[in-house]
Amino acid sequence: MRAQRWIMPALLVLVLVLAIASIAVGRIVLSWNVWLDQDAIGRTILLELRLPRALLGIVIGAALGLAGAALQGYLRNPLADPGTLGVSSMAAFGAVLSIFFGVADFHPWVLPLSGVAGAMLGMLALFLLAGLTASALTLVLSGVILSAIAVAGIALVLSLSPSPWAAGEIVRWLLGALADRGLDDLAIAAPLIAIGAALILSSRRALDALTLGEIGARSLGIDLGRAQWQLAGGVGLIVGASVAVSGIIGFVGLVVPHLLRPLVGARPAALLVPSAIGGAALVLAGDVVVRLLPGGSEVQLGVVMSLIGAPFFFALLYSMRRQVT
Amino acid sequence: MKIDSRLSVAGLTVERSRRSILDSISVQFVSGDVTAVLGPNGAGKSTLLSCMAGLLQPSLGIVDLDGTSLNVLAADERARRIAFLPQIPEISWPVDVATLVALGRIPFRRRASDAANEAAVLRALQATRTAQWSQRLVTTLSGGERARVLLARVLAGESDWILADEPFAGLDPAHQFEAAELLRSLASRGHGVVLTIHDLALAARIADRVIVLHRGRIVADGTPEAALTPSTLREVYGIEAQWLSVRERGVPLIAIHGRHVG
Repeated sequence: MRAQRWIMPALLVLVLVLAIASIAVGRIVLSWNVWLDQDAIGRTILLELRLPRALLGIVIGAALGLAGAALQGYLRNPLADPGTLGVSSMAAFGAVLSIFFGVADFHPWVLPLSGVAGAMLGMLALFLLAGLTASALTLVLSGVILSAIAVAGIALVLSLSPSPWAAGEIVRWLLGALADRGLDDLAIAAPLIAIGAALILSSRRALDALTLGEIGARSLGIDLGRAQWQLAGGVGLIVGASVAVSGIIGFVGLVVPHLLRPLVGARPAALLVPSAIGGAALVLAGDVVVRLLPGGSEVQLGVVMSLIGAPFFFALLYSMRRQVT
Repeated sequence: MKIDSRLSVAGLTVERSRRSILDSISVQFVSGDVTAVLGPNGAGKSTLLSCMAGLLQPSLGIVDLDGTSLNVLAADERARRIAFLPQIPEISWPVDVATLVALGRIPFRRRASDAANEAAVLRALQATRTAQWSQRLVTTLSGGERARVLLARVLAGESDWILADEPFAGLDPAHQFEAAELLRSLASRGHGVVLTIHDLALAARIADRVIVLHRGRIVADGTPEAALTPSTLREVYGIEAQWLSVRERGVPLIAIHGRHVG
């Protein structure tokens, strides 16, 4: 099955529509002519709240979708995702540590780079545990172990935290959200994500070749050691920067490639860019939904994604279990 | 373009956990021949092929392609010249047949034009008579059909050398025959074909040359009839077998009488 031609334009239109919705929808619904109305408050909401939020949704969503598709291709496993494999939790652990030790205040780049360091460490641990020939079971268990380590570390930091207020802030941020982030956050995350994406895209040949397994890929002249570093670096940058800005928004990388595979074909490299666009659409949609939910305070986006993603993960593993055994 | 290539190994030794898998093997393969590597399980056949494909670094010795050691050949260039079909091929994703076969063009992705790559894929599909499935998902194919598609993947590289580790395993006699004919026709067009095989009769049928490995050493090397002598078969497999004096329609026949006692 070849990639359907309408998929990419359709995904792009979807992202555009959702971005407009994301800009318009909220406690105050902006009208089309906010610009012409000389409405200062509306304009401020647009420029300082909604626009950064929509842009961040696109960037973070694309990053997570791309990271998921790349990890699935590399590990040859549809269960792989930065969230399920514990890479996001490791990124959060890195970021939390930098807050705890007070180094995050030195420079705006310290927090995201600590997240990146955590995520890269998570990727290396993952490669060490699961490697290239891991079964689905080993992979999922590796994710469980990494998540356990990261969650334990975060819990330790929180319990040692001197002020309950700071601890509460950290917890809120960990839950994952795009609210109350500004263009400054975007300016830090975007370059890191762009470098990460470039690294991932440069491993396209390796990802495709891995369809034939490790031996098949090497016989096609692929340097798997290099691909591993590209992936560890690329996914580390993307996930670390995303988590540092928006907390843990899980399951995007799991759900999106899975939904797109029947439409664009299962070739790993062909799935990368559509998954990025699809990820942007999913995160934007989720972020619009959290604003439409009734209730006094907004539900965190990460919570909504987990509510959707976890049952999806359940169903996916269940269907695979039946296939394998 | 006539292929004239030599793939040789010299002093090839592979040790794993202090056990010698290959013990100082030296042999030269010539393009245009089908060479069958035989031997009992654990004789070192797959290890030899892996070394020749540049996938396994020997403990000692070198693999040499037309005067260049595989160690100094860029991986891309090696992959363009030597195609390898693993014993247990893996297909990780439910891609369609055309996409799978096109993976064989990966070493050429930046070298050749898209049109040239597509043409090579089409030739490989046609040669293996798998073109009619090109849009089908590999997951919907039977084991034999999948084996043919994987062979097409190897052919798509149009490399000088095709190394195949048990390419006929799991194929029914008709498809074994078809795949064997295909490899023969590649050799007649000048490609070098080296394969491992367990079926003595099939080896005798398709191979120009047979190499018998036993405990990591070469114990026989020659035409099928010269290499697979009763004494060699007794020594290597522990079986009593002999060539029948009649060559049925040009095909050599071998009769296995039973296990060697004593």
